[in-house]
Amino acid sequence: MAQAVLPPGEIEVEAPVKAQGYWSTVWQRLRRDPVAIGAGTVLLLLFGMAIFAPWVAPADPLQGSMIDRLKPIGTEGYPLGADELGRDMLSRLIWGARFSLLMGVTPVVFAFFIGSTIGIIAGYAGGITNSVIMRTIDVFYAFPSVLLAVALSGALGAGFGNALLSLTVVFVPPIARIAESVTTQLRSRDFVEAARASGAGALTIIRVHVLGNVLGPIFVYATSLISVSMILASGLSFLGLGVRPPAAEWGLMLNTLRTAIYVQPWVAALPGVMIFATSISFNLLSDSLRSAMDIKT
Amino acid sequence: MADPYLRLDQLEVTFTGGRSPVRAVNGVDLTVDSGETVALIGESGSGKSVTLRAILRLNPEKKTRIGGKVTVGGRDVMGLGNKALAQFRGGEVAMIFQEPLLALDPVYTLGDQITEAIRRHEPISKADARKRALSLFERVRIPSPERRLDTYPHEMSGGMRQRAMIALALACNPKVLLADEPTTALDATVQIQILLLLRELQREFGLSIIFVTHDLGAAVEVADRIAVMYAGRIVEEGSARDIIHTPRHPYTIGLLKSRAHGAMTKGRRLDAIAGSPPDLADLPKGCAFAARCTLATDPCRQTQPELIQTETGTRARCLRTDQTLTRPGELVGA
Repeated sequence: MAQAVLPPGEIEVEAPVKAQGYWSTVWQRLRRDPVAIGAGTVLLLLFGMAIFAPWVAPADPLQGSMIDRLKPIGTEGYPLGADELGRDMLSRLIWGARFSLLMGVTPVVFAFFIGSTIGIIAGYAGGITNSVIMRTIDVFYAFPSVLLAVALSGALGAGFGNALLSLTVVFVPPIARIAESVTTQLRSRDFVEAARASGAGALTIIRVHVLGNVLGPIFVYATSLISVSMILASGLSFLGLGVRPPAAEWGLMLNTLRTAIYVQPWVAALPGVMIFATSISFNLLSDSLRSAMDIKT
Repeated sequence: MADPYLRLDQLEVTFTGGRSPVRAVNGVDLTVDSGETVALIGESGSGKSVTLRAILRLNPEKKTRIGGKVTVGGRDVMGLGNKALAQFRGGEVAMIFQEPLLALDPVYTLGDQITEAIRRHEPISKADARKRALSLFERVRIPSPERRLDTYPHEMSGGMRQRAMIALALACNPKVLLADEPTTALDATVQIQILLLLRELQREFGLSIIFVTHDLGAAVEVADRIAVMYAGRIVEEGSARDIIHTPRHPYTIGLLKSRAHGAMTKGRRLDAIAGSPPDLADLPKGCAFAARCTLATDPCRQTQPELIQTETGTRARCLRTDQTLTRPGELVGA
């Protein structure tokens, strides 16, 4: 019978060639995913464009010219045409990336922290606490997210800050709900009980086991929300509730150029193309991120 | 004789969460000496796992009523405060689970999980904790332990995972190891390895082990004593040898008969115990096994039998032990 016990090193089951940390594994996988590379490159370019706008943009985004109104794409001095006030479209698109990306990312980041905290507390506490928190959250689901954002922005008044605030409020409930459902599932998992059996208190369990398992799924979900946030922000600007003219922001530009759609359809479509490209890149990246972060496959 | 290291006195566990209270454990007396292995055997729902969890107070406190006393190392477990309880769990009594893949956190490497557990109990540096983890991996005979510390649970085989789980349980030098069906999820060859490992570690560390299983074969392999549970009570208890060779409770006899061993000859039917266990929310007044017992008489159904010492060594909770004498070893084909 004694030979059944393995002497060290006798059975060499194949193990990963080199042990590596979680994030380096994720990075390795992303690097091998062409979709992730493509989407990542587009986003990197967009962010670079936004950050270095003053240097990248060929002209002043606010300087108009009555003679050059609605010039088509490719006109001398206006590589992407001019808008209804004769401002350079290329420069406006580059400057617009600043507001649009900011409006896409900031509300999601805020909502990520607030929503996760609420969701994890609700999920871990369970019982009545959970019911009270989650039913309150459910109230927000009674409104369609666009309507909620519009209503809040309308009530708070137009402006960049208020638009950010109302978008944050819109994204807290879905993130909290995901955090809550993942945490609730975790609570009954064996490894949480195993942690309790080895003397871990509630705080340790939340810090180590709940956060470790919850943050991944929420992070992936939040990345996909960035594109929604951008579109909603553009919508707010479109309705005149977000950034105020004459500032360049893609949604606002789409709105003002709307009237020129029959005159210069290609120029009028450009801000829409930017919104589309950015949001689809975020979505593709979040998809790749999800499969890369699932270390069990 | 010194006091037993772990002692359960009339342990009762009732779950009050549902519509009617479920009496999962109804007065279990059990003692485990230092360095002794006791196997708790019974079918699903007989209260063996609940008993284990009650020792660590793991059952949800709001929905559970616990009666009786649990004493470990001279301390009353039910009276422990939060801090003492955290130290007690893992430091004094540790537990290993049935399915190691579920009982290990999927997003951390095994090394991280073990160092985390060690540092929870002792104020030592990360590097020192990792050294301890490495030596634990060597102790549980994990090949190329250095590299294994950096793997995730899903990257290992079932047997290796259970070894890692055992290493995790032993991280803080507990005196008692509670094993909740540690071999059920593993295939047969690996089961034996894990059982032998447990026996070896027990000798090495002087552990007391309570081993819960429904596999009599596994129990015989590791246990000094065996306690058979039915409907939340211990119905028969004795040394492993006596239980196997001369069981006196009809339920134990039924369990032994129902093992595949005896029926391996072609054409012979496998003996099964007819019927199913009683509803724990509505226990009968008398012997809980009476409804399934071929020897049951009216007194059996009326009174709760006491645990009595039989002349063949075991203690059985049965009124009809005069009818249950078998030839020693008959049931295991010796």
